[in-house]
Amino acid sequence: MEYLIGIQGPDFVLVAADNVAASSIIQMKHDYDKMFKLSEKILLLCVGEAGDTVQFAEYIQKNVQLYKMRNGYELSPAAAANFTRKNLADYLRSRTPYHVNLLLAGYDEADGPGLYYMDYLSALAKAPFAAHGYGAFLTLSILDRYYRPEMHRGGERFILNLPSFNVRLIDREGIHDLEKLTLASFL
Amino acid sequence: SALYSMALQDLSAEYLDESPIEFGQIRVVQSSSAMPSQDSMEPTFSLPIGLPLSSSHSVPLPFPMSHGTTTLAFIFQGGVLAAADTRSSCSGLVACPAAQKILPIHSHLVGTTSGTSADCALWKRILARELRLYQLRHGRRLSTGGAAKLLSHMLQPFKGTELSVGGQQCFGRERSGPSLYYVCSDGTRLKGTLFSVGSGSPYAYSVLDQGVQWGLTVQEAVSIAREAVFRATYRDAYSGNCVDLYHITSKGWTRRNREDLKEEYYREKERQRQKHKA
Repeated sequence: MEYLIGIQGPDFVLVAADNVAASSIIQMKHDYDKMFKLSEKILLLCVGEAGDTVQFAEYIQKNVQLYKMRNGYELSPAAAANFTRKNLADYLRSRTPYHVNLLLAGYDEADGPGLYYMDYLSALAKAPFAAHGYGAFLTLSILDRYYRPEMHRGGERFILNLPSFNVRLIDREGIHDLEKLTLASFL
Repeated sequence: SALYSMALQDLSAEYLDESPIEFGQIRVVQSSSAMPSQDSMEPTFSLPIGLPLSSSHSVPLPFPMSHGTTTLAFIFQGGVLAAADTRSSCSGLVACPAAQKILPIHSHLVGTTSGTSADCALWKRILARELRLYQLRHGRRLSTGGAAKLLSHMLQPFKGTELSVGGQQCFGRERSGPSLYYVCSDGTRLKGTLFSVGSGSPYAYSVLDQGVQWGLTVQEAVSIAREAVFRATYRDAYSGNCVDLYHITSKGWTRRNREDLKEEYYREKERQRQKHKA
């Protein structure tokens, strides 16, 4: 099952996604990147039905970039999240709804870091930490117990059965790739 | 079918109203190209279907076995190799033992097909047409990634209909090197170095995962691909007959002679017999 997680700190947002692209029981790829860069400081993480994820995420990505080209400045994370939600909601009651679960993470100069949780029914919530997938059941309770808003950039441990993860961090300077987590790095 | 029955009626009234022979498909499938909506279409059989008619219901299948075929492709130092079986099955019946599941699109691009044969053949031709138009308009060939994206976007409006296309596209060119993409009618588009599609794919995957690496020679790669298809046809009921092999390099694709796997099976039996004797 696909997994996404995001954690907001005082001046950064940390996001991680698993790397598996599966088709029923066969793993077709183990280095699949589920994060879409909307702008220099906004990342969209997308999981859900096979073609819908890429289709929807790329549509949002291109539209955000188009906004920048037309207006000369980028959308803020809050605006991008609401734009995404509106699109998802519009398609929800059409003949072709998109079945995707999203996390949108960004850093705004004025508002600071922000993490937005969105599900396939286009429910949007700004949250200090969020997760999608079966792994969410396990990690959300841990985060409920241990999360503090003034967390610094330490390491986090996840109890999961997925082989490897892409981890990225967004802060004032932009998006940074952190070391790819594999099971071996926890043993 | 309607015309045929009309002709029959003209000849003699004692004959059947409808032709009892229906080539390829068990039931006529309504064309889905103009109507993406599902409202008017009842579930129809197209080849191949999810559950075979003759299977017992007490043992459920581990996963929906559509795409009765085995196709595979992988990249190695000598280019890209694509292999496929040649059995066209139709829910328990072999409709054609000599189908062609690897269709060349242009001199440097080859696509494998799995799922509904008619859909795959049609969409490959449409893709070939669009790529040629692109080449004429822009003066250069579209990359494999672009071709895969084009196919993926063309199939997107038909998502949720009965359309079933699963294919890999293999490209070997000097500038960007060989590349391999997996495109499926459910919208998946993945770039990779090794893919296998179809009901026989788990069997092929296990053989390929053992032996495929970057440094294979052409001979070794060909033998691994053959072996993978052979093992898949051995175990999978919906794959069989012969194996087709295409090798794509920077100079274009070359096709190996179609080989009947029946011979390979007998050779294997002979070898085992010799081993038991010794």
